[in-house]
Amino acid sequence: MIKELLVILIASSLVNNVVLSQFLGLCPFLGVSKKTETATGMGVAVIFVITLASAVAGAIYQFILQPFHIEYLQTIVFILVIAALVQFVEMFLKKFIPGLYQSLGVYLPLITTNCAVLGVALTNVQKNYGILTGIVNGFATAAGFTISIIILAGIREKLKYNDIPESFQGMPIVLVTAGLMAIAFCGFSGLL
Amino acid sequence: MNSAKERLINGIVKENPTFVLMLGMCPTLAVTTSAINGLGMGLTTMVVLALSNVFISLLRNIIPDKVRIPAFIVIIASFVTMVELLLQGFIPFLYDALGIYIPLIVVNCIILGRAEAYAYKNPVIPSLFDGIGMGLGFSVALTCIGAVRELLGAGEIFGIHVMPESFVPVSIFIMAPGAFFVLALLTAIQNKVKIAGERKGKDMSKIQSGCGNDCLNCADTGCAKRLIDETKGEEEKKND
Repeated sequence: MIKELLVILIASSLVNNVVLSQFLGLCPFLGVSKKTETATGMGVAVIFVITLASAVAGAIYQFILQPFHIEYLQTIVFILVIAALVQFVEMFLKKFIPGLYQSLGVYLPLITTNCAVLGVALTNVQKNYGILTGIVNGFATAAGFTISIIILAGIREKLKYNDIPESFQGMPIVLVTAGLMAIAFCGFSGLL
Repeated sequence: MNSAKERLINGIVKENPTFVLMLGMCPTLAVTTSAINGLGMGLTTMVVLALSNVFISLLRNIIPDKVRIPAFIVIIASFVTMVELLLQGFIPFLYDALGIYIPLIVVNCIILGRAEAYAYKNPVIPSLFDGIGMGLGFSVALTCIGAVRELLGAGEIFGIHVMPESFVPVSIFIMAPGAFFVLALLTAIQNKVKIAGERKGKDMSKIQSGCGNDCLNCADTGCAKRLIDETKGEEEKKND
């Protein structure tokens, strides 16, 4: 059991990295990676939301959708649950932990329609993961997102001082960087 | 009929969601490993976009302003589920090839963006053609990107061998990194056009980099929507 979870942990965070090999969550990956501090904030918020969302979505699937045989409603139910969850977390933090809200609050609404969150919930169902396995998979996927967004932000901070051809300034050079990172992450495929 | 034609041209050329607005990048990169996959994804998105636009436009006077985003999401998710089941039943090879990216059409920025920017404010017929136009623009873009990647990565287009025998496929182009490189080139070309246009003094503000450039401020284009729109209340408070 523990070995199985460990394999999922490595597979989802490094081998099948959510951004670099599955292209989920690209908007925040490209858009919030200008500084390492903001990238870290985004990463932590994503870990928090995805882990929580995979727990809630897994529980709803197992205890509501499956007993009533309405699995085909999963997409609708998951997206609504995720959106409501994010809003609820935002209100909760604002009210009870204002310190944390100050640092994570800006990123939370960005995660509502982040495809990575819905993607993880759907993958958990597709691969028949139980609730615990689903939570581990969610955490690992989000950790993979955080690793890659922090690395990209680090590179982008250095990239600022380089002489880049005019038409490659801005987005294009970031995408080239992301492509090179994706090649590097391809190397992890030998791990399993 | 003029407005219909105008909407179609607008979606395919003037405001092409991929080449001009740079929206919906996740599916664009993920499924364009071959031209046929790109075309399939584009057309699937087009069907969802046209249907959801029609429905949202029909219901635009009934949906309360404050909860419009969850209403849009429910409508879009219903159509995505229908289309997913239809694909599974009738075009299984496409269903297998696109996999998890079919249900993820729900969170495609283009669809929520069009619902908010066009269908919620306009009558049914123009909204329908807006959806078809945008969908066709998306399909054309995905097919082009898919064709380029397939040609370089496998020497084929739509599964037909076109390159000479001596051509060695650059297989990285059909792998994940290749998607980033192709998109990098595309945005570089877009930049070039934009800079050249600005030098000539043309208005190039339409060319955007979508959410990729500045995620924190992309709320207008449709990515970062709160479920319950509180911004209006806050603005009023500020005015007091």
